[in-house]
Parts: sequence; C-alpha cells; structure tokens
Amino acid sequence: MSIAIALPTSGAEAVHTARRHVGDRVWKSVTWAAGITTILILGGVVAFLVIDGAPALSGTADTLPSHVSNIWRLTSPLLFGSAWSSAWALLFATPVGIGFALFVTQVAPRRLGTVLGSAIDLLAAVPSVVYGLWGLFVVAPVAARVYAWLSAHLGWIPLFSGTPSATGRTVLTASLVLAIMVLPMVATLSREVISLVPKTNIEAALALGSTRWQAIRLAVLPQAKSGIVAGALLALGRALGETMAVAMVLSPSLKISIGLINSQNPGTVAAFIAQNFPDASGLQINALLWLGLMLFVLTFVINSTARAVIRRQKV
Amino acid sequence: MKMRTSLSNAAKAAATIAALGLALTACASNEAPAATSTTDTTTASVTATVPALSGTLNAGGSTAQTAAQDAWRAGFQAANAGVTVNYDPVGSGAGRTGFASGSYVVIGTDDAFSATELSSTTFTLCATSDIVEVPAYISPVAVAFNLPGITSLILDANTAASLLSGKIKTWNDPAIAALNPGVTLPSTAVTPVFRSDKSGTTGNVTDYLSKAAPSVWTYGMVENWPTDLTGDAANGTQGVVAAITGAAGTVGYVDFSQTTGLGVASLINAGSPVAPNAAGATKTLSASTPQTGRSATDLAYDVNRTPSDPTAYPMIMVSYEVACAQYKDPANAALAKAYMSYVVSTEGQTAAAGNAGSAPLSSDATVASAVATAVAAIS
Repeated sequence: MSIAIALPTSGAEAVHTARRHVGDRVWKSVTWAAGITTILILGGVVAFLVIDGAPALSGTADTLPSHVSNIWRLTSPLLFGSAWSSAWALLFATPVGIGFALFVTQVAPRRLGTVLGSAIDLLAAVPSVVYGLWGLFVVAPVAARVYAWLSAHLGWIPLFSGTPSATGRTVLTASLVLAIMVLPMVATLSREVISLVPKTNIEAALALGSTRWQAIRLAVLPQAKSGIVAGALLALGRALGETMAVAMVLSPSLKISIGLINSQNPGTVAAFIAQNFPDASGLQINALLWLGLMLFVLTFVINSTARAVIRRQKV
Repeated sequence: MKMRTSLSNAAKAAATIAALGLALTACASNEAPAATSTTDTTTASVTATVPALSGTLNAGGSTAQTAAQDAWRAGFQAANAGVTVNYDPVGSGAGRTGFASGSYVVIGTDDAFSATELSSTTFTLCATSDIVEVPAYISPVAVAFNLPGITSLILDANTAASLLSGKIKTWNDPAIAALNPGVTLPSTAVTPVFRSDKSGTTGNVTDYLSKAAPSVWTYGMVENWPTDLTGDAANGTQGVVAAITGAAGTVGYVDFSQTTGLGVASLINAGSPVAPNAAGATKTLSASTPQTGRSATDLAYDVNRTPSDPTAYPMIMVSYEVACAQYKDPANAALAKAYMSYVVSTEGQTAAAGNAGSAPLSSDATVASAVATAVAAIS
C-alpha cells in the first residue's frame, strides 16, 4: 500500500529505492522463513526422539533389544563404537584430503588439478551400499591377511592384540571404508577455501624468502583453517551417521574394546538401529529411538566443541 | 446339438453342486470314485460361479517370507485378475503390530503371536478375538561351513552347538573327528559366523540348540545371538553367506536354499545323519504338536526339535500366516480366505518351494489337512 502512494510523488530515483525496498523485504522474510523452518524441523525431530525415546529408560532385560539389563548397556558401547570408528575414519581422511587440496591448488598443473577435482567429487556420488559391498567383498578379505601379519608382528601394541579376525570384517576395515566415503567432503571443502586465499599473500611470503612449504604453512593454512575444520566436521557427521556401509562391513558386538583387528568390535548406533528395527516391537522401538537421540547429542557436542575451539584460536 | 448343450449345462450344474457340497463338508475326498473324478471340473467351476474377487489385499510382515510371498502374489493375481495383493516386508514384529492396528489384513510372521500378546491385543479388523494362524513357510536351516576340499560333514547337536558357540576351537577337534571317520580335518581355527540383526532364523536355530543340546547351549531361545559369544557377526542372510564364503574355517547357519557353494553339515537326529532337505523338514513339523490353550484355528506349533523319525531334519524355520477368524468387513474376509487358501494349497506351496526353496506343507498329509481346515474357517 505504501508503495502505491510513494510511486507518483517521488520520481524515478524513488521508484528504484522502493523496488529495492520491496526486494529487501521479500528477501528478509524468505530468509527468516528458511531459518525458522530449519529450527522447527530440528526441534520437531528432537521432540519426537525425546518423547518416544524416554520410555526406554525404564526398560529391563525382558523388554530391551539384545536382552541387555538396562538401556545404558546399549548406549555406551554403541556410542563408543560410533565415535571410535568415525575418529579413525577422520584420522585417515583429513590428512589425505588436505594434501589432495594443496596438491590440486598449489602444486599440480592447472589442467590436472581440474580433472582430479572432478574425479574426487565422483567419490561422493557413489551410493553407500556400493561402498558396503566393496568393503565386504574386496577390502575385508585382503585386510584379513594384513591383520594376521599385524597380529603376529605387532601384537604387543594393544590396538593389534587379541585373535585377528579371519574374515577381516573389523572396525579398522569399516574405518577405512568410511574414510574413503568422507574423503570428498574434506578434500572439496579444503580445496575451495584454499583456492580463496589471495595469490598476493603467497607471493609475498615467497618474496620474503620462504620456501614453497613455508609459504603454504604461513600464508595458506592459517587462512583456510576454519574452512578445513568445517569440512572435517561435515565428514565426521557423515561418518557418525553412516549406516549401510558399516552394517555390511563391520562385525558388531556390544563390547567396548579398542582392538582394531578382532571379530568383536563395538557396533555403531546407526547400524544397530537399522539391523534391529525390522523385527522390533514395543519398548524395543523406544530403545532404538533413544539411541538415535543419544547419537544426535553426541554429534551436537562434538560439533559445538570443535567450533568453540576454533573461535578461541582466532581471537 | 441342443440336447448336448442342455445336457452339459446340467452336468455343470451338478458338478457345481457337488463342488459346493465338497467345500462345505471339507473332507469328502475319500468318497466314491465318481466324486473324485469331478474334482478337476469342480475347481474350475467354483472359480467361475463365485462372483469374481476384486479389490486390494494389504499384507505385510516377515522379511524371510519375501520370496515366497512374491510367488504367492504372482500365482494368486494370475488366477484372480481383479485382485491386487501387496506384501510389505517390514519384519515380523512390525507385521504383528500392523495386523493389530488394522494396517494389514493378513500377515506373515516368523513368531506366532504369544499367549500374552493374544490376551492383551484387540485386532482392529476382526469381529472376534480369534485368529487363524497357520504355518505356511517351512524351511530347513543348514549349518554351513567353509573348509577347502570338504563339502559335507556329519555333526550331532552337541558338536553343532559347540562349533557355533565357539567352544570348539579347531576343526580337527576329536569331537568332530569321531563323527567323521575317513575325513581329513585341517587344523584351521573355527570362526563362528552369526546374524548381527535380530532374526527369526536365529530364533529357530537357538530353539533347536537349546532343546537338542541343552548341556552345551545354555543361552535359551533368542532372536539376537548372545552377545558374550565370540565370532563374526554379519548382517542378514547374505551377510552370513558372504562372511562364510570369504574365509576358511568359518561356520554359520543360513537358510538351506542359500548354501550353494558352501559346505553343508548333516545333523544326527534319532541316531542317523540327515542332510537338510524339504521332506525331512516337513516331517519334523508333522512330529510336532500345536500349542495347547489356543483356539482351534490357531496352529502355533511347539516344534519338536528331537523327532523320533530318523529321516526328519530338526533344524527348521517355521513361519506363519495370520488372518482373522471372522472379519468385520466381508470384503476383507473373502479376499483373505481366498489368498490364504491359495497360499496353503499344493499349488501355492509348490510355487513357494520353486521361488524360495521352502519345504511344501503338502508333503505331509497330517499337517496339510490341519492347516487347510483352519484356513477354511475364515469368515
């Protein structure tokens, strides 16, 4: 209404301002709506998980999945398993991802960089069930032989102690498959932020007499750090929530163990939910939702801690 | 010409009446030879005289039954063009919940409704509290292993239990050697492989082990493999098959139809070794009795895991079909009765055997007739 009144009195410039004003307002309400919708959806999911998950707290051996005596007997090993396998996956994927991004942007010839960049994006397009099949039929049998060797020669290291798995379906195999799945996230985000670092900064560093590596360390990495961390967090979220590949590759149990090459590995929350939901009934379903809530909380805690650490370092 | 036509019409009418009579008495097969000779025509004319079925039948439940249900739906829909049957393999537990809430008109489930479930549940679609519950998918479960060069072994229940629970550590263990004279057993370590997901197959295997080898298997009947046992956990039937195929020394349990390329054990029952086979599986059910304290149409079996018949194969999986004894909606009743009748018929059971490798009910007359009578009670 106010626009209609403003139009005849104010001439061409005013028309321009009024239009921008309308655009601004539309833009503002659209972003507000998007923001509120996200929060509402998130809130709705959390409310659903809390309401339907809470009854599991009163569960007993007769009513809970796997006949555990109380819900924490499920929660703790599975949360540990999710965190443990994801941590190793991130440990493998992050250095490779950053190295890849540096190679593509700083070292490799431009042409090769473009080709490699789109090649790694293809990794993200492979469905997780394919990674699962690949892990099960290709990686695990080869890994089993490596594990037998590790056990024989490095068995004194706690990570490699115990009987090695004959089938190779261990937490280490699962982490390797997860690492390859999350690699594109780390690599692509790192590449983007690294390519945003002004060329002049690097040239200045080189002009001051630093080597290629020193230039990367002093001029590139500090600027790109927050982007790299964001990529790693996104990768961690994917690894924590990955269900199908882990369900197919890992031989899960409900034990907390740090052994990387045994048959009895801590299972993961997401795979446990998927494997037990089809035949679950009654309180077992509540228990599975409770586990989902706990995974959500774990992801939230890890993310906010990481962000807080980064913010403190910047100041 | 005219005479012949009217004659054949009369014959048809007679046949139809005979058919109705047959259906009503439900057990007239041992009458005069004349009645038997009309059987073929009767089946055809019953389909023709009863108003053609139409509508949609929503079914769901057991994932183990998926392949069998595919065969049943195809066969049933081919015979009844106006009917659509949907089967939703959501799992047995979700199937039972869905049957109670009315989402599914009939269900397949690996576990029969428990007595507690029956007394505490109201079935939305049913007019009464009685249900028709019949075994319709019987499948031998095999102890499968991977030992290069050995395709079959003989095991008794105790040895099988010791192998699967990880108590026997190497394949050349004296307990296995004693049962298999003449077989050169390697010193390979034993890796038990079991299901990581909750499964009716695990339930039936542990039921067998707990009843046939109670001194070794002390974990009872469970659908989640006991967590304190060592070994390799794998997802689903195909996961177990992949794990066994992938490593020498592995031993696990899988549906017999999925054991191609793997070593398969014969189990000693009543003193003699029996390889997993369809006829032997049905014999085990024949030697079992329906649980007491249930309605006449509720054939939930206590499977006899130690049948006295030396040709019976005791490690079987029994999966059920469930319908209301009396539906509130006659349309549901007609569809459910027709579908269930097809499922338990010789034709339906043969179709499932072809598609899913299950053991046809019809190979045992006692079980087949009890099941047919229960299904005929649907109204």
